[in-house]
Amino acid sequence: MSGSSAGGGAPPWVSNAVLPALNLAAALLVSAILIWLLGADPLAALKLLVAGAFGDSEAIGYTLYYATNFIFTGLAVAIAFHAGLFNIGAEGQAYIGGLGVGLLCLGLGGLPFILVLPLAILAAAAFGAGWAFIPAYLQAKRGSHIVITTIMFNFIASAVMTYLLVNVMIKPGQQSPETREFEPSAWLPFAHEILGYVGIEFGRSPLNLSFVWALICCVAFWVYVWHTRWGYRVRALGWNEHAAIYGGVAPARTVIVAMTISGALAGFVALNEIMGVQHRLLLNFTGGAGFVGIAVALMGRNHPIGIVLAAILFGALYQGGSEVSFEMPALTREMIVAIQGFIILMCGAFENLFRRRLVALLRPQPAAATG
Amino acid sequence: MTAAVPGAIASRSPALEARGIDKRFGPVHANRNISLVVRRGTIHGIIGENGAGKSTLMGILYGFHQPDSGEIRVDGQVQRFRSPQDALKAGIGMVHQHFMLVEPFTVVENVVLGAEDTFRIEGSLVRARAELEKLGRDYHLEVDVDATVADLTVGQRQRVEILKALYRGAQILILDEPTGVLTPQEADHLFRILRALKAEGKTVILITHKLREVLDVTDTVTVVRRGEVVAEVATATTTKESLAELMVGRKVLLRVDKTPAKPGEVVLDVAGLRVRDSAGVERVKGVSFQVRRGEIVGIAGVAGNGQSELLEALAGIRPVSGGTLRWKGVDITDDAGVRTAKGMRRLGLGHVPEDRQRMGLVAEFAASESAILGYHDDAPYNRNIILDRRIVSRECERQMAEYDVRPPNANLQTLAFSGGNQQKIIVAREVGHNPDVLLVGQPTRGVDIGAIEFIHKRLVALRDAGKGILLVSVELDEILSLSDRILVMFDGILVGELSPGQANERTVGLMMAGIRSEAA
Repeated sequence: MSGSSAGGGAPPWVSNAVLPALNLAAALLVSAILIWLLGADPLAALKLLVAGAFGDSEAIGYTLYYATNFIFTGLAVAIAFHAGLFNIGAEGQAYIGGLGVGLLCLGLGGLPFILVLPLAILAAAAFGAGWAFIPAYLQAKRGSHIVITTIMFNFIASAVMTYLLVNVMIKPGQQSPETREFEPSAWLPFAHEILGYVGIEFGRSPLNLSFVWALICCVAFWVYVWHTRWGYRVRALGWNEHAAIYGGVAPARTVIVAMTISGALAGFVALNEIMGVQHRLLLNFTGGAGFVGIAVALMGRNHPIGIVLAAILFGALYQGGSEVSFEMPALTREMIVAIQGFIILMCGAFENLFRRRLVALLRPQPAAATG
Repeated sequence: MTAAVPGAIASRSPALEARGIDKRFGPVHANRNISLVVRRGTIHGIIGENGAGKSTLMGILYGFHQPDSGEIRVDGQVQRFRSPQDALKAGIGMVHQHFMLVEPFTVVENVVLGAEDTFRIEGSLVRARAELEKLGRDYHLEVDVDATVADLTVGQRQRVEILKALYRGAQILILDEPTGVLTPQEADHLFRILRALKAEGKTVILITHKLREVLDVTDTVTVVRRGEVVAEVATATTTKESLAELMVGRKVLLRVDKTPAKPGEVVLDVAGLRVRDSAGVERVKGVSFQVRRGEIVGIAGVAGNGQSELLEALAGIRPVSGGTLRWKGVDITDDAGVRTAKGMRRLGLGHVPEDRQRMGLVAEFAASESAILGYHDDAPYNRNIILDRRIVSRECERQMAEYDVRPPNANLQTLAFSGGNQQKIIVAREVGHNPDVLLVGQPTRGVDIGAIEFIHKRLVALRDAGKGILLVSVELDEILSLSDRILVMFDGILVGELSPGQANERTVGLMMAGIRSEAA
């Protein structure tokens, strides 16, 4: 039907590159107006933001450290999207993934790093996947809507973790609800350590080995989704359930598989935060990364390359944003959150604001336009 | 509004005129400089292959699309429609192929919907009831105005759609493929209504791909090909063959060439089969038939009489609720390992589904990916864990060459292909995997004439290669010309079997309406 194509019809380079850039520019413009209304200089703020995020190796390290989380959660949301599911529960899955990493590192942290690392990856994946499995099973077999259940599971995860940390896992003899520190053999090496070892000087930052794992996950994601028969099934189900059933894809099983992969990817946030930076399990270490992942997946068009770029953008906003609020008191931390909000709004809700016009603009004009 | 226009001018200018209509959707140039004159009080046919731009042109005429350039004149006045409401105000009413009715509402409530003109609904209803009774008498549009739409037959629902347009003051009615869902008898009734409308000075634009209807009922025909008007002819001076040639741009064979069937052993044996739909309603109520090697068994019937559920059940997509199913003599009714879409495919059952957009393809997939749907787990396409896209593409390109799919680009998104080419991709896929029995649902729905000819030839060739084919189609012509045996389905049961010699439009048509042949 030609009627339904009114909003689409854009060549891939437009919808994958020009449109996101335009959306971003629009979000920055709105933010600039807001900053100007607050009596600050938007251009100076932008300069500070860029310098704060990319100015030196330390800044880049921080930006990439934040981006690591967003790559994991972005991939998590994206794989669910490919199956036609909206996983809002990456936050809770990441949080429970932390429980897995925490238990493992507390219990087996004394083992050599080379053993702890793969076990921790498995633990993060298993706990995150397990937490996603329950809503997936309920969706696949009982028809409970995954959006509702994954939201609820975020709250349950939060309550469970608070209970465990306050009552069970807390280090004896202290007030703050967190576990004891892991043995150093269960710490992921920092980027400045690794790079220093091979003779490259890199500023001190929380960036750690988990970033490499995030990139490996991106490649694995790309292979799985577009180059295996399992990814084929996931995409077939996500685009057209009837066609998938016709093609012999079992919807229930495919939903469960996609969601457990999603949960596992989300669980990897714990590698970065718990094993890489905090070296102990503590409350709310996910810091909203699961929700930012939704925006990252949307903006990244559910493709690993897009997700990495979007994750770096949001990482830069986190890192550069704190720099801005430090230097320009008028721009509080909340203001930075508002700018992120604009970007999400422009990329998500106003997706079609420019699309239609851009498509019209790119259309070849009739040679002899009449009056 | 007619009163304001001096009668002399109004009658001299055509009811509807389009000049130089041009419309693009992205890279698709749907309408190129189309000009069209529809005289008042005539029935004007617009024909063209699928994807020729008929739907776009119609969308522009009733205000759904806005043209990039060109103008529309109604009664000689230039009009700019921003919405279907604007078009309706100018007197253009649209009767859609898929009805836009609220099922739990009564006829009169549906007619008034969106045209309520009093604060309390009762006033509008009273006025509408009187008006509807008059319209019904004038145009053979008899419908019980207090009946609930859900209880009406498809033909009656269509009449409600026409009444809706007339009630809103339409002087020009556009009908989009109006007979697709009707029995031949219901279609005849519709044509009587259209002639009555014409006699009263209304203007009718009929969009169709059925040449016979065009010849039966229209006064003038405009032929559209690749977005352009290629001919405008007086119906009386033309023939089916010449219209087909104009539509396709070359000579086409309207009849299927085939030798008598040489039926072999029974492959598929269905006895007392019962199937429920997703809502739990029994739609197939005990049917029995066999499909042998080397024959085409056609199931005729108006859409919605259980054919879809039957096909899906046979294909393993839908469970059966009773009866037995035998494959090459083996009872597979309760074999859970076999009775899935995948299991039936492995047995050697191919399936061209009725609705290719909904089921046969994934529109967003590359053509090469759609071309392996259902066979994506097969060994030739997979190297260990990797789905080998090079092999998949090469295979698809080979099929595209063999089936003349255009454009022959395996990497193009499936939705970028026209209906006929999409269907060729499906037929190539299902025939290419060499099934023993092929289930075929509506193989040529929304498919252009050139592709119909091609697909029919392929089906006959498959039959001649000793395969069994079960054909379900609402196109009676197709059933009559392809089948070696004809079964007629009505309300979930097979009401009769005919040989091609006995079957004609009338005998099958009556059976399709549930009247057994003895009564006729």
